[in-house]
Amino acid sequence: MRYNSLLESVGGTPLIGLPHLSPSPDVRLWAKMEDRNPTGSIKDRPALAMINQAESRGELIPGDTLLEPTSGNTGISLAMAAKVKGYRMVAVMPENTSPERSELLRMWGARIIYSSPTGGSNEAVRHAKELAEKNPDWKMLYQYGNEANWQSHYLTTGPELLADLPTITHFVAGLGTTGTLMGVGRYLKENQPQTRIIAAEPRYGEQVYGLRNLENGFIPELYDESILDSRISVGAEDAVRRTRAMLTEEGMFVGISTGAILHAALILAERAVAAGESADIALIVCDGGWKYLSSGAYAGNVEDVVKDLEDQLWA
Amino acid sequence: MSVTVEIPTVLRGLTDGQRAVSASGENLAAVISDVDAKHNGFADRLLDSGQLRRFINIYVNDEDVRFLQGLDTPLADGDVVTVLPAVAGG
Repeated sequence: MRYNSLLESVGGTPLIGLPHLSPSPDVRLWAKMEDRNPTGSIKDRPALAMINQAESRGELIPGDTLLEPTSGNTGISLAMAAKVKGYRMVAVMPENTSPERSELLRMWGARIIYSSPTGGSNEAVRHAKELAEKNPDWKMLYQYGNEANWQSHYLTTGPELLADLPTITHFVAGLGTTGTLMGVGRYLKENQPQTRIIAAEPRYGEQVYGLRNLENGFIPELYDESILDSRISVGAEDAVRRTRAMLTEEGMFVGISTGAILHAALILAERAVAAGESADIALIVCDGGWKYLSSGAYAGNVEDVVKDLEDQLWA
Repeated sequence: MSVTVEIPTVLRGLTDGQRAVSASGENLAAVISDVDAKHNGFADRLLDSGQLRRFINIYVNDEDVRFLQGLDTPLADGDVVTVLPAVAGG
C-alpha cells in the first residue's frame, strides 16, 4: 500500500482473528489493530480529523498553538500531526501516567504541563480549560466534546470493521472520550442494527477518583448512553492478566487498556457460548505494549504489577 | 442474603472509613436503603428525587446498572455492588 505522506496513512488497519482466545469455532474474537497507526494508537484517527476540520473552518493557521487535555495517546497523536503540519502543541497530562508517554510527547515536540495526579483526567480537563481562558490564542480542539472525534470513527473505523467482518455481532472498545464507541456504534447501529455495542471501562485505584465532591464528576459531552448496550468495569488485575494472555495465546504485544477490552470481550464470548449462540466479536487494540514496558506488565509477578498500577492512569 | 457494597473514598466519611459494607435487599434500591439505615445520608449522596445522580456510576458484578435494570436491578447472595464517581479517559 502506497501513501504520499505519513498523515495519509492513518487508518486502514488490519482485523486479525484470535483463534486461541476464541472459546469455540462458533464464537470468534477479532482484533482491530489500531497500534498500526503512525504514532501507534487509535487516537491518530480522531486527532487528525479534529485538526483537518479546524483547518477547513479556517480556525487554525500554521504557527498556532494547540492545547489539549490528555492521558497520553491523543496528545501524542496531536503532537505528531502538529509537527508535520507546523503547529505548536501543549499537552495537559496527569502526572501519574507512564514515563514513556512524556518521552513520546517531547519527542514530537510537545510541551507538557502536568496536572495533579489526584483526580486523574478530570483534573487535566479542568486545568486545560483554565489555561484556555488565560491563553485565548491557544486552540483547544477538546477531544471530549469535538464532533470530529466520533465522526472519524463513523467515517473510517466503523466501515472498515463491517467490510472485514460482515457477520459482526458485538463491538467492544474502551470508553475513554467515548469517541470510538459513539462513532463505530452509530455506524454499526445504522448498518447492522443487531450489533451490540459494549464499553470496557478501566477501574482505577482510589487516588484517580480523587476526594472531590461527587457533583464535580465528568462525563464527556460526546457521550450518548443510547448507543451502548452494556458497560463493563475492569480492574487492573484482570486487565494485566488479559494483556499477558494476548501475548502468550496469540503472540500479540498490546497495551494494558486492550487487556481490559479483551476481558470484557471474553465475558460476552462466554455468555454467547452458554446461550448456544454464534458470535463474531470485534475488539479494539488501542495501542501496542511499548509505552507500558516500564510498568513491568509483561513479566514478573502480576500482584506486584497491579500494586504498582494502583495509582496510575493505565488506560 | 448478603451483598458487598464497595464505597468510594469520598463517601467513607459516612461509613466510618470502611471500604466496603455488607447489606441486604432484593434489588439495588433496597440495598441502598439498607446501607442508608446504618449509615445515614448514604442514599442522599447517590440519589436525587429517586434517580441515580448523573456523576455516580454503580456497578453490579462489574456491569453498569444503567444498562441492567437501574435501581430495580435484582441482587443475589454474594453479589458485589461498586459505587464510583464518573471519570474521564482519553
